[in-house]
Amino acid sequence: MKHFRSIDEAGPQAIRRLLDLADHMAEVNRRPNPKVPALRGKTVCNVFFEDSTRTRLSFETAAKRLSADTMNFAVSSSSVNKGESLRDTIETIAAMGVDAFVIRHKSSGVPWQVAQWTDASVINAGDGWHSHPTQALLDCYTIRTSLGRSESFEGLRIAIVGDIKHSRVARSDVRAFTMLGADVTLVAPRTLLPPVTDVPVVTTLDDIIEDLDVIYLLRMQHERMTESLVPSLREYTTRFGLTAERAARLPEHALIMHPGPMNRGVEMAVDPSELPGSVITQQVTNGIAVRMAVLFDLLGSGSNLEENE
Amino acid sequence: MTDSKQVLGPDDVRRAVTRMAHEIIERNHGLEGVALIGLQRGGVWLAESLGVEIARIDHEIPVGSIDASLYRDDIGLRPVSPASVSEVNFAIDGSTVVLVDDVLYTGRTVKAALDAITDYGRPAAVQLAVLVDRGHRELPIRPDYVGKNLPTSATEEVVATVDGVVIS
Repeated sequence: MKHFRSIDEAGPQAIRRLLDLADHMAEVNRRPNPKVPALRGKTVCNVFFEDSTRTRLSFETAAKRLSADTMNFAVSSSSVNKGESLRDTIETIAAMGVDAFVIRHKSSGVPWQVAQWTDASVINAGDGWHSHPTQALLDCYTIRTSLGRSESFEGLRIAIVGDIKHSRVARSDVRAFTMLGADVTLVAPRTLLPPVTDVPVVTTLDDIIEDLDVIYLLRMQHERMTESLVPSLREYTTRFGLTAERAARLPEHALIMHPGPMNRGVEMAVDPSELPGSVITQQVTNGIAVRMAVLFDLLGSGSNLEENE
Repeated sequence: MTDSKQVLGPDDVRRAVTRMAHEIIERNHGLEGVALIGLQRGGVWLAESLGVEIARIDHEIPVGSIDASLYRDDIGLRPVSPASVSEVNFAIDGSTVVLVDDVLYTGRTVKAALDAITDYGRPAAVQLAVLVDRGHRELPIRPDYVGKNLPTSATEEVVATVDGVVIS
């Protein structure tokens, strides 16, 4: 694999390979000295055109645990503010010798564009509303390890709740979860659903909450209220938030997930640390392992050599 | 490839394992602090067999396995796919680790394994047990316990399992 830009582009075989590889990386992370020399001499550049602390730190930690060198390109202090084009920015950094770009951008498709301008591998760390494949990978890995589903998600009932329409996380998760065999249902007010979708949709969380294996809450952005997509955040919480009453109706084994950052009191109307099913911190921990798996697969596994032969 | 020759049979392998188990106990004056670590993939069955044999002769000792593929010096030069996840569920510090592999060839896998072991702790000593030493070393590494020395040419392939050793 040369790039990791979307779940569909990678395909089921690569997704399973990456999840298996993440087991190895998680073992590295559990050691007293969580570092291996696998990517010595490789350079990974984080290029984040959109604010993100956790994803950038997660990628940076992942690269460092594999002994790769990291560069961070902060847009706010760069020539982008002096009017430099995206292409010039990428070509300039590439000229310094970079093996992989980790890119986040507010426009969909930027990772594909960037790949045309450089020989380096491109990893999509979120492009517009389109895709956030490493998030989907860490979500799959978390479900797989927490529910002991290493073979497939066949028969798992997963609800993704919230602002599906504007969420690249939801889009990538739907693809990844269904690819592994899960039954995914989208739960949201009509205004926050995409116009077309090939998975079932419900508009009342209470109808299905007792049958779920996983409830995945999305961040409810305050802007959606000013855009009049929801009448008020309080009403949103009443109908779609995870309240103590709703949490009590979840099956005992059900997982509660959130990509972060959380809006306490909105989609998460209960303290998740009091919910035994909450795997939100494991998601963050697993994020490092799956990103190590992606970096190693692209830069170290030699799988490119196989494809060239 | 058509020309394959069985060098050791299953009984030969069993006898070699028994002898190596005795040698490990003898060399270490008992089993105080001794642990076996098999190298993924080929060394794992041998480490387990040695563990069973040592337990039969004397008493049980810890047996683990490590995957050294993230430590190899040829990463990016050839396809690497890690095998099973490493399992070292005992303290390495101060112990005598016997690394176990099926076939010793260039020594590069053993070098990678030595680097990997260091990340788990600081053993008092590391020893090396292999079922087959086929020569062609590229690094200054020598085994402490050998099932069989087998002169080979670099074009030949050696496969060592519990069912025997085949050269082709």
